[in-house]
Amino acid sequence: MFGMSTNNVSYNEQGSLESGVDAAHENSSIPASVSGGLFSADYKKNEDLKEMLESNKDSQKLEAMKRIVGLIAKGKNASELFPAVVKNVASKNIELKKLVYVYLVRYAEEQQDLALLSISTFQRALKDPNQLIRASALRVLSSIRVPIIVPIMMLSIKEASTDLSPYVRKTAAHAIQKLYSLDPDQKEHLIEVIEKLLKDKSTLVAGSVVMAFEEVCPERIDLIHKNYRKLCNLLVDVEEWGQVVIIHMLTRYARTQFVSPWREDAVFDENSEKAFYDSEEERKVEQVKPYIMDPDHRLLLRNTKPLFQSRNTAVVMAVSQLYWHLAPKHELNIITKSLVRLLRSHREVQFIVLQNIATMSIQRKGMFEPFMKSFYVRSTDATHIKILKLEILTNLANEANISTILREFQTYVKSQDKAFAAATIQAIGRCATDISEVTDTCLNGLVLLLSNRDETVVAESVVVIKKLLQTQPSQHSDIIKHMAKLFDNITVSMARASILWLMGEYCEHVPKIAPDVLRKMAKTFTSEEDIVKLQTVNLAAKLYLTNSKQTKLLTQYILNLGKYDQNYDIRDRTRFIRQLIVPNEKSGALSKYARRILMAPKPAPVLQSAFKDRDRFQLGTLSHTLNSQAIGYLELSDWPAVAPDQSVRIVEVVEPVKETGAPVHGKSKPGKSSEKFYSDSEEEEEEEEEGSSSEDSSSSSEESESESESEENSDDSNKSSSSQSDSEKKKKTLKNKKLQQQKPDGKDRKQKNGNAVKGQSRSESESASESSSSESSSESGSELDSDSDSDSGTDQKKNTRSKPVQSTLVTKVEKKEVSLLDLDDFSPAAVPSPKSSILSPSLLSDLQGLSISPTQSALQASSPVFVPETSHELLHRMTGKGLSAQYHFTRQPCIYGNSMVSLQLTLSNGSDQALENIHISEKSSTGQNIHRFNAIERLEPQASVTVSMGVDFNDSTQAANFQLCTKEDEFSVSIQPAVGELLLPITVSEADFSKEQGKLLGMNESSATITMTPENVSSQSVNRKVVSVANLGVIPSSQENIHRFAGKTVSSGCLVLVSVALKDPDAVITINTERTVMGSMLLRQLKTALTNSDP
Amino acid sequence: MIHSLFLINTSGDLFLEKHWKSVISRSVCDYFFEAREKAVEPDNVPPVIPTPHHYLITIYREKIFFVSVIQTEVPPLFVIEFLHRVAETFQDYFGECSETTIKDNVVIVYELLEEMLDNGFPLATESNILKELIRPPTILRSMVNTITGSSNVGETLPTGQLSSIPWRRAGVKYTNNEAYFDVVEEIDAILDKSGTTVFAEIQGVIDACVKLSGMPDLTLSFMNPRLLDDVSFHPCVRYKRWESERVISFIPPDGNFQLMSYHISAQNLVAIPIYVKQNISFFETGSSGRLDITVGPKQTMGKTVECLVVTIHMPKVVLSANLNATQGTYNYDPVTKILLWDIGKLNPQKLPNLKGSLSLLSGAPKPEENPSLNIDLKIQQLAISGLKVNRLDMYGEKYKPFKGVKYVTKAGKFQVRT
Repeated sequence: MFGMSTNNVSYNEQGSLESGVDAAHENSSIPASVSGGLFSADYKKNEDLKEMLESNKDSQKLEAMKRIVGLIAKGKNASELFPAVVKNVASKNIELKKLVYVYLVRYAEEQQDLALLSISTFQRALKDPNQLIRASALRVLSSIRVPIIVPIMMLSIKEASTDLSPYVRKTAAHAIQKLYSLDPDQKEHLIEVIEKLLKDKSTLVAGSVVMAFEEVCPERIDLIHKNYRKLCNLLVDVEEWGQVVIIHMLTRYARTQFVSPWREDAVFDENSEKAFYDSEEERKVEQVKPYIMDPDHRLLLRNTKPLFQSRNTAVVMAVSQLYWHLAPKHELNIITKSLVRLLRSHREVQFIVLQNIATMSIQRKGMFEPFMKSFYVRSTDATHIKILKLEILTNLANEANISTILREFQTYVKSQDKAFAAATIQAIGRCATDISEVTDTCLNGLVLLLSNRDETVVAESVVVIKKLLQTQPSQHSDIIKHMAKLFDNITVSMARASILWLMGEYCEHVPKIAPDVLRKMAKTFTSEEDIVKLQTVNLAAKLYLTNSKQTKLLTQYILNLGKYDQNYDIRDRTRFIRQLIVPNEKSGALSKYARRILMAPKPAPVLQSAFKDRDRFQLGTLSHTLNSQAIGYLELSDWPAVAPDQSVRIVEVVEPVKETGAPVHGKSKPGKSSEKFYSDSEEEEEEEEEGSSSEDSSSSSEESESESESEENSDDSNKSSSSQSDSEKKKKTLKNKKLQQQKPDGKDRKQKNGNAVKGQSRSESESASESSSSESSSESGSELDSDSDSDSGTDQKKNTRSKPVQSTLVTKVEKKEVSLLDLDDFSPAAVPSPKSSILSPSLLSDLQGLSISPTQSALQASSPVFVPETSHELLHRMTGKGLSAQYHFTRQPCIYGNSMVSLQLTLSNGSDQALENIHISEKSSTGQNIHRFNAIERLEPQASVTVSMGVDFNDSTQAANFQLCTKEDEFSVSIQPAVGELLLPITVSEADFSKEQGKLLGMNESSATITMTPENVSSQSVNRKVVSVANLGVIPSSQENIHRFAGKTVSSGCLVLVSVALKDPDAVITINTERTVMGSMLLRQLKTALTNSDP
Repeated sequence: MIHSLFLINTSGDLFLEKHWKSVISRSVCDYFFEAREKAVEPDNVPPVIPTPHHYLITIYREKIFFVSVIQTEVPPLFVIEFLHRVAETFQDYFGECSETTIKDNVVIVYELLEEMLDNGFPLATESNILKELIRPPTILRSMVNTITGSSNVGETLPTGQLSSIPWRRAGVKYTNNEAYFDVVEEIDAILDKSGTTVFAEIQGVIDACVKLSGMPDLTLSFMNPRLLDDVSFHPCVRYKRWESERVISFIPPDGNFQLMSYHISAQNLVAIPIYVKQNISFFETGSSGRLDITVGPKQTMGKTVECLVVTIHMPKVVLSANLNATQGTYNYDPVTKILLWDIGKLNPQKLPNLKGSLSLLSGAPKPEENPSLNIDLKIQQLAISGLKVNRLDMYGEKYKPFKGVKYVTKAGKFQVRT
């Protein structure tokens, strides 16, 4: 790498390298081979470098800089070169420039005046069109710790925080912390910048700005409210380091904002919980239950869950601690596996993870017990790892597994690693006290260890035995005698002291031996360790009280020795004991009680884990590792008793893209609204919200406790003369309403954006209403909760642009007289809930009756009963260079042609540039007839738009392939319909159904018998499952156990009749249709759906 | 977060320092040296050392201590993980991470450290991005650079940094498009004296070497994805597809990377490919002992066991070994007390055996614990868990790539207690 330009240079280079190594340690002189003495060499070398820096060849300068960087790396002082180096700050050569930056950042603090010379260069670079240069200029500018440039830094940060490039904004976020550490007085201004950057939607910025937040103003939790949901949703896409910081911050946040999920009575219905997960649904409908998790709380838990799979151990640990501190106890088990997985990682990682597991395992044994064997010790583990594993094994010990653990411990005791063997003995002692069944076994084992050859093992055993004996001394005088015999051979002071204490405490059990031990001690007293001396004094005192005849003289001798000891503790103790036990005129009443004082029964010590109560520190933190509060540790607050206002997290958004989407998103409401009737409380809540929202007349709310209805707001207050919920409450108007009812999809909280409801005026037109939901892909992670004021401009533009589309739609809609409501986000969650009457036969028949006029033929299509929310990916944003597309089946008759299936496409721009002219290419690769959407002229970054299109699949499930084009690119995409989407529901009477069925027998009939799981037997669940698989209408049935559904194929209009006859526990599905292929495909899908127990 | 970094070798020489904030005197490392001395073995140095004003977080890797200085609360794993990432980056750039290579490439090392952290917070850690910013050294390039004065620093912002695919650079072009996947499984096991399994689990990784042009979107599917219940992925893998379909769908980084790792735990039965019959005993008198080890195949699924090595850490009192190996060579190092028996290929017809006597320090008591055996082995073309890749599909690009999957099983921490 280094100089090869001339021999001379490379020679010097090597010389300097070598010398650096030496100098790094002993400050030795530079090898003589380079040049003369120490000083001249240094002097010369730097002269040499100066010359090179002043040459006009970049290669020379670069060479010099490389050597200077080498000096810096070795920690040698190169500050006198500052003037020569700083001249090159404006060099055109990027590498040279970078090395100059390295130098500047290192020495600017020492040479402030000279450093100022370079500032103007950076100021100029901050205006450079190249984002890389802008960013690096800001980086260096903010890293120069020169107080005089604080105002310039402040200005640059402010400017950079509004830069178009997210990379520059990220740099700005970093610069905030640097400025703050340089001048804490700037805090207020910096908080403003942080506030602005927190709103940033780029995943690049999120981690850095949260870091700045944590460093500058962690107490300003209020800044997070509005960004909470955005952060939760962005989290998966943020880079791994940012994830760690955000997760830690959100843990703290959540502890202040939500109520504890750990209440005793908060028993969760695990099943329903699961169901909500699956359907991306978080509303909790369990009004009966005393505890309802805040949906935002749930959002956090759900969005962090995939991160358990991260390759970055810090991320996994961060999520684990988040779950530990925030999740309901029954959801904690998910942590276990991931943490155990981390144990395979590097030694240092193991250490931290094991520490955290140790803390967790004290509180919740059950979590880690199944993985007990993962904590078995290997002889190759490092000692501190072994000891932690031992700690965990001890924590996990219970009556059931103690024998396995003790057997394992037996191997450990023999370990060559004596520190570990000693720790094992401690662990055995703890097991013995914790589990009374094995106390005797352990004690016997420990006594055997007393004859061990290794002293540390013996000493440790003595100490542990002493503790154990305190619990039941009377039965163990043998052991005490045995230990007294060992006394001569034990040299470890702690062990000697322990034995002495035992002798004294239980001298009545060993009346012959104890005085003899004291005699021996009197001989060696002066050469003992302090702790042994203290215990000798104690023993002497106790023996004097119980057996003064034999020991009086010995005691006096020892007390005299103690009196003149060098250690003042021992002198103190001696004086005290003497006064206490030897009665004289001065000692008052106290000596009468000497016996009771010294021989008082003492409580047995509790052997407990060093990790007990460690959880007062947040897991995964440095403070937890050290078990003491580190500088800058932020306390995790206790759960609030009452949750603070939840509405603070509502982000009010005018969604710019919504209006462009011609096709409507919304919800046909008959089912939904009926559901509402049952819950008064929710209505109240809803009304409240409505009231408040109409006041500010802004458009969206995304939040609701439990019902989507409550979330809706009308976009324009003048238009929304009647509120949605109002209309819904009038049961009787249900019939007319069918077409108008739309809901902004409040439920797509996962999409996390407010929904603007547009054109909501029931009185004016039957169907000219639309609600749009924002871009739908949660995967893209780029939701648009932009704040309304900043976006209103574009918003309006979009509005105007979209008008033509809208109007055509409206006319068509009127013509067709069918609901064009989009059920995009129809919530399946409404379905599984017990009170979902959405499909209740009576209501359905009601609806069916409404949707067709009596005069129309029996094959009149009715509106879909159910529209699944799932959307399918058409184009991933990575393949689409930022453009992503999702489609879903609206299940509505297509307005573009009778034989077409109607589809809705959501296009989002995940890139940084606006995409122009998005359209479907004219040439269709396959035979299908496709009605394209109108080309979208321009899609702003991070915006999305919803359009509709029609495809004639010719009643086949063959995929439709076409090209999705932007101005620059073409992407081949394909849509593969499920067979159930090729149908349209129809309504016929029961009699007609039987009649038609009679015509379609033989070859046209396919049937199958299946076994139903008990939870599927209810008519609701059968109905729900069938209509979710296929777009069929429900035929009111007079027989309880037979369910009938009817539909026609979209293209050819052939009848498809489905009947499900329940014969407990079996069910027979019969499908009658001329299209036998479709029939059999449908049959297969229904079979799976009905046998599958998932709701 | 990370204030400074010091690199220290095993003999205690501090050979590189880098500060991201104001300079911290290297005397802070004295606390480290103190702990280092106390620990005796480098492995036993505690990863976190508190000092009065700072905290030192240390990793030990490739005979180098990476000592980072922290001033405020930070998740320790964050720092540890980052330091390992630094070591991996050095390895990636220079082929190995050693004191010599770091010293030889000190300028690139400095440039890398400068890019990886800004004010102590990780900035660019993805190897694909770093390589665009700072080109790795090659002999040819260093020649060209010195002659022309051009640099090894990238001139533009890496596209990956800004795109939604931060791990892949744009405009990748290869004439031969190829994608190779290595399924590497390691068996971690503890066998007890009698040969029964105390504990066994499989740690697997899928390493990929993908050299494909453009923006390929790959989907890797398995014959038996149910085996994998505990996995972790490279950030490029789409969690959702895995959750719903159990396929691994990803846009790969360019070059070598670890696609995923998985862990098949002890609950499932883990096949143990070999058995070991051993008898190590020390006599009470005569300062000697006997050793007799035989290795044989157990569940090898019809494949050959290769690179079989048995390592024994002998007790300190063992002075020398006089053994006879029917196959392979043995070596006893009286300083480290390590007996190494390199067997090579395991021949099921003629089982390798190592037999002979050990001489102990005279007068020393016989060791209480028999040393445990660490086994190393390799089985080609077999994933011991039975995991099989079903197919690899590529979307988004037109060309036909060359694809390959290789399976290897190795012994991980495979220990036989005696």
